[in-house]
Amino acid sequence: MENSVAYEKATELRLGLPGIDEPAVLSSVKNNKRPLHDEKSGENGKSAQNETAPPSKAQIVGWPPVQSYRKNNFQQAKKSESECGGIYVKVSMDGAPYLRKIDLKVYKGYPELLQVLENMFKFTIGEYSEREGYKGSDYEPTYEDKDGDWMLVGDVPWEMFITSCKRLRIMKGSEARGLSCSGV
Amino acid sequence: MQKEMAYSFPDEVLKHVFSFIQSDKDRNAVSLVCKSWYEIERWCRRKVFIGNCYAVSPRMVIRRFPEVRSIELKGKPHFADFNLVPDGWGGYVLQWIAEMAGAYPWLGEIRLKRMVVTDESLELIAKSFKNFKVLVLFSCEGFSTDGLAAIAASCKNLRELDLRESEVDDLSGHWLAQFPETCTSLVSLNISCLGSDEVSFSALERLVDRCPNLRSLQLNRAVTLDKIANILRRAPQLVDFGTGNYAAELQPDVFSNLAGAFSSCKELKSLSGFWDVVPAYLPALYSICPRLTSLNLSYATIQSPDLIKLVSHCPRLQRLLVLDYVEDSGLEELASSCKDLQELRVFPSDPFGVEPNVSLTEQGLVAVSLGCPKLQSVLYFCRRMSNAALVTIAQNCPNLTRFRLCIIEPKTPDYLTLDPLDAGFGAIVEHCKDLRRLSLSGLLTDHVFEYIGTYGKKLEMLSVAFAGDSDLGLHHVLSGCESLRKLEIRDCPFGDKALLANAAKLETMRSLWMSSCAVSFGACKLLGQKMPKLNVEVIDETEPPDSRPESYPVDKLYIYRSVAGPRFDMPPFVWSMDEAVKILH
Repeated sequence: MENSVAYEKATELRLGLPGIDEPAVLSSVKNNKRPLHDEKSGENGKSAQNETAPPSKAQIVGWPPVQSYRKNNFQQAKKSESECGGIYVKVSMDGAPYLRKIDLKVYKGYPELLQVLENMFKFTIGEYSEREGYKGSDYEPTYEDKDGDWMLVGDVPWEMFITSCKRLRIMKGSEARGLSCSGV
Repeated sequence: MQKEMAYSFPDEVLKHVFSFIQSDKDRNAVSLVCKSWYEIERWCRRKVFIGNCYAVSPRMVIRRFPEVRSIELKGKPHFADFNLVPDGWGGYVLQWIAEMAGAYPWLGEIRLKRMVVTDESLELIAKSFKNFKVLVLFSCEGFSTDGLAAIAASCKNLRELDLRESEVDDLSGHWLAQFPETCTSLVSLNISCLGSDEVSFSALERLVDRCPNLRSLQLNRAVTLDKIANILRRAPQLVDFGTGNYAAELQPDVFSNLAGAFSSCKELKSLSGFWDVVPAYLPALYSICPRLTSLNLSYATIQSPDLIKLVSHCPRLQRLLVLDYVEDSGLEELASSCKDLQELRVFPSDPFGVEPNVSLTEQGLVAVSLGCPKLQSVLYFCRRMSNAALVTIAQNCPNLTRFRLCIIEPKTPDYLTLDPLDAGFGAIVEHCKDLRRLSLSGLLTDHVFEYIGTYGKKLEMLSVAFAGDSDLGLHHVLSGCESLRKLEIRDCPFGDKALLANAAKLETMRSLWMSSCAVSFGACKLLGQKMPKLNVEVIDETEPPDSRPESYPVDKLYIYRSVAGPRFDMPPFVWSMDEAVKILH
């Protein structure tokens, strides 16, 4: 490539005075004691002087490049969400590449919640029955309660549900079957 | 002698002609024609723009341009926005104010960006300039409401007070009341950056009441929704309005009052603010939406369906700032509704989350590129990208002048092919012949820089992170990009070779920032020695760079051209590579 030839020529024109031990300067990349961004280890944007383990991915200084006042503003928004008295829970669906968040306080009962979930993730939930859970669909809405147990959505009264639900997961396939048969 | 006089104009005539020449570039060209034109021009230059406050000293500016009325100064490097420049680095405006106070009694306009402004500086401005009209503090820090009170109290003809994105110390809420009753001249007031208790609302209302020329008003977050109507009814002539909070329990009378107030603003073209939005109140905007050209919803945590509804009412929209809650579906709606769109910025709602929390991908941007032929400026945060998408965007939008893409995870490859994104960004620089600003992200090799050096002939600013394989990458950029003014690089394997081979290039640029790269201390010293017109500054907060071998890489490096020589306000963690300074040390 023409450009690389020019580059090589250009780098032959050194800036240093004649007689200076230039290889030391030009080969500094090889003598580099500090590990540069290593593809395998976590991204480390900090100084090599730091002898501790490289920070986890979420802690690269100044990355992603979002200005602090934006970050501060958003954190304040998150705070006010809970201050407003909403009950926000994350919703995941097996197979979908993203999570959603919904405010359980906004809904009056299970039918409304299920309708919203169907719209959000574009799928259909089957018919609910106390004995057999959700029939007629590959998907079943489940939730994790305060005790850390995964429960089928609909088994407890609505008021109890919204106070004990930590997060929602729309399960797909056989895993879902298992829950509905477990019944207390 | 006779011949000369026959062809020369009296100075008065030339002065009059020059008064029509406003652009700095043209004025600079005029001053190079001959000595007498230089002299005449310098006496009648009224506006000076200094892109790097350390490139020249106040004294030098004053000596050359004795009659300046308006000055603009920029301080810290751009990467200071992302906490890469340690506190105390510099950018102090006080010395400038002090010198100008004596030399420019008629100075009327001061615009500062990324500078440290103390209350002392503000008080000095307030008492030194009798005709003071415009104060813009963009992304500044170091002052409190006390300083603002001094400005308000003393500046009888203040037209503009704009504090956008600045950090202000909250000491008292009553500084607004310091504007005298006789002050009726305000045209623009931006206090959106102020924290909760810093604004006395009744003082604000009275101020708005008595300023009939107020065109631009940006409130801060503390102002609640129910107060908006009061303000708007006092200023129906507003062109640009920033709400405070936009959340409240839905009440029909509050809603209809708000909707009525908005509809009375027949000139309103630009909206911003919108912290804490309750979607039910968005329809109050519908009456003005058809006229809206600019909408900043980048703090509004509203979901895609509500955004879609709002945007579909704004066919004249030219500028949209929004969070990634807009999702691909929202951007598709934008593409079909807003054919005049020129600028789009999509910010991340959860920048540090590992899993994506919204359905926003490269598809949204592709849709906008297809539907909005006038698109010129893009800032887009997303979690995946492909070369194919970038090529499509480049082909759809050959008029792009600013393209800043941030793929959140560093070194993310093309998600379809797992290739680097060299070809995609290459297409951008090749097709967008007027591209002036570019920010790269994702997995990139030296090849992308080859494309940039070959095609980016109009490129003025380039931002690079976690990219490239070797010095060849940096060499391509420095040797190929003829219009390059600002280059900022972090976490790239660029070392001494390319930098030293292209040292002369650095004198044609405003500045170069390199952090977490591979430039050795020895190379920095060499550059400092050989290039007297460059200030080469090494930043290291852990220990002095000369306590380690010369071949050791420096942590952060900031190089900028200057006719003022090395600065003397450096903090302990900044070392100048200038020979003279080292001797003094």
